[in-house]
Amino acid sequence: MEKKTCLSLLVENNFGVLSRISGLFARRGYNIDSLTVGTTENAELSRITITVTGDDQILTQIKKQLNKLIDVITVIELKPDDSIIRELVFIKVKADDTTRSQIVEIANMFRANIVDVSRESLVIEITGTRYKIEGFFEMVEPYGILEFVRSGDTGLQRGGKMLSH
Amino acid sequence: MIPLLASKLILKCLERENVEFVFGYPGGAVLPLYEAFRTSPVKHILVRNEQTAPHYASGYARESGRVGVCLATSGPGATNLVTGIATAYLDSIPIVAITGQVDRALIGTDAFQEADITGATAPFTKHSYLVQNAADIPRIIREAFHIASTGRPGPVLIDIPRDVQLENVKTGLTCDKVAIRGYKPNLSGHSGQIKRAIKKIKEAGKPVIYSGGGVVLGNAQKELLAFAEKNNIPVITSLMGIGAFPEDHRLYCGIVGSHGYKYSNVVMNGADLIINIGARMSNRATSQLTEFEKDTDFVHIDIDPAEIGKNMETNIPIVGDAKTVLSELIQKDTITDHAAWLAEIEIIRSENPLIYDADPPCSDLINPKVLFKDMSEMTSDNATVVGDVGLNQIWSALYYRIIKNRRYYTSGGLGTMGYSIPAACGAAFATLNKPKEIFIVCGDGSFQMSMGELGVIAEHQLKVNIILVTNTKLGMVRQLQCDIYGKGHYSGTDINFDIDFMKLAEAYGIKSYKVDKNADFNKVLPEAIKHQGPTLIQCQVHPDFIRI
Repeated sequence: MEKKTCLSLLVENNFGVLSRISGLFARRGYNIDSLTVGTTENAELSRITITVTGDDQILTQIKKQLNKLIDVITVIELKPDDSIIRELVFIKVKADDTTRSQIVEIANMFRANIVDVSRESLVIEITGTRYKIEGFFEMVEPYGILEFVRSGDTGLQRGGKMLSH
Repeated sequence: MIPLLASKLILKCLERENVEFVFGYPGGAVLPLYEAFRTSPVKHILVRNEQTAPHYASGYARESGRVGVCLATSGPGATNLVTGIATAYLDSIPIVAITGQVDRALIGTDAFQEADITGATAPFTKHSYLVQNAADIPRIIREAFHIASTGRPGPVLIDIPRDVQLENVKTGLTCDKVAIRGYKPNLSGHSGQIKRAIKKIKEAGKPVIYSGGGVVLGNAQKELLAFAEKNNIPVITSLMGIGAFPEDHRLYCGIVGSHGYKYSNVVMNGADLIINIGARMSNRATSQLTEFEKDTDFVHIDIDPAEIGKNMETNIPIVGDAKTVLSELIQKDTITDHAAWLAEIEIIRSENPLIYDADPPCSDLINPKVLFKDMSEMTSDNATVVGDVGLNQIWSALYYRIIKNRRYYTSGGLGTMGYSIPAACGAAFATLNKPKEIFIVCGDGSFQMSMGELGVIAEHQLKVNIILVTNTKLGMVRQLQCDIYGKGHYSGTDINFDIDFMKLAEAYGIKSYKVDKNADFNKVLPEAIKHQGPTLIQCQVHPDFIRI
């Protein structure tokens, strides 16, 4: 059975490491839903969060194949119960004088921020789990979504556990 | 302190890795390296096309058990290495490929002879480096050799911009320690899984050991023999596993797969426990195994955890080195006899005998199956046979017997035509101080892919014997065309010019023979073996002899 899984990777901040990882997914035919990458507390290391879809056999293979890359130091699965996984989304919604206040109200309910206002549109910044963001989309959809951009999931384990240990 | 040129440092580092030979081809982006070769004890062997250089390194590595090294310039030199690197990757052969690159400031500008070779080879290198600073050279070269030769071996590429080679660095720069956070291969098997495997072995009624290239690469032949004998378990190999187990042993049960022996496939299908040691379970190997997934137990021992469960569901995974894990298994107190199963196998064997005749018979020329059977009787106990790709490969794999210390190399995973000549030359360079019988087996198709390397054979007077099996056809593709589309549906598989191979060999000063009868081959072969210097025996096979 296919399922979505969030992987967190600690990798060497080396030349070409991102292309090695994305290339691995492409050539082995794995589905990649999103990928985020950023610096860490250690300048030599980067941290990558990848959301993938596949059955158990594929997910096991993905983890093993990632572990085979020399630049990959650690691969863990971020389990929903044991970690914080969030995504940042900017949504541009059609908004005129009659609808603007309703949209702002919805945004407030979701603790989203209005980050840009024009006569015809609003840009809303929202952070949250996949479910929260889907819920928000559903609410603003009737007003007309002009465009949006999603950062992809990023996450951290809860408690004292750290990837570098 | 006198500064040292980085190009000299590179060769010093290769020297520290005990590199004897670098198989390479020069060009603009590696000129500093070639200047450094002039005064280095590391010998450069000029190949005749970069495409063969990784195969030399591969043959050298397989024969010596050490890392083979090849070298090419930037751009087309580097891209010419690609197929050879992929060949080494698929067969897990430890090689280091060094390429020149354009100056750092020119990278990304589409400069003359610029190609992104680390990018191009990423899918089939174990790891690769683009050297940005000359001071990193000792660390990178040490790491490259370490990565290539440990764990599951494989090719590592080092791309070095020309201006990095010209940098001055501090003398005395060395690196002995390897500390790679993301690379720690596991050698010894998990004790719990080993216990489970032993339990299964004790319970099994019809166990089979399926041995792959991992046993050969891991030098675990002795351990495999001891383990199989102690427990009376029959041993089947993959194409890459040829040489893992003596073919004259009572427990030897042949080669499995679409190009294996029929009886081996029948035996494997009948097993209730498969102990896979270092085999990938590739599609070619498992295509005939239609029955066994249902209730067959499957123990998989592999140094690469990603191989376990990739192509076949596994009950008992054991991650570890073949030699180490087999030694651990031998220690355990199992002794089984499996007499009934071995008796059943004898019946399977007699019901599925090897068929030496062609279908339809074409007895007027050489019978290649008989040729390799006869060759088994006339060659030394430590001969190395390098098969190319095609019918010649399967005939030699199936009918030449690998016993005692004989070895058989071929491009098993990628199936790269043109492999045999350069790989056998690499093996010959590896044994220069202790010459042995080395045979190249190729067809007229594969021969012509690497024919230029006759120049290297002649130049260095390498004692290799080329068994050139000719039928003026691309036999294996022709066989596929016949099987899939019907007899007569041949397309693009005629080599319609009957080359005078005798004259060609003569042009290179290579002693040559042409035979069209098995009896003549048997007369000529001992003479060729005795001849001081390289030889070529052209063996004419009927074009319709397309069965393996």
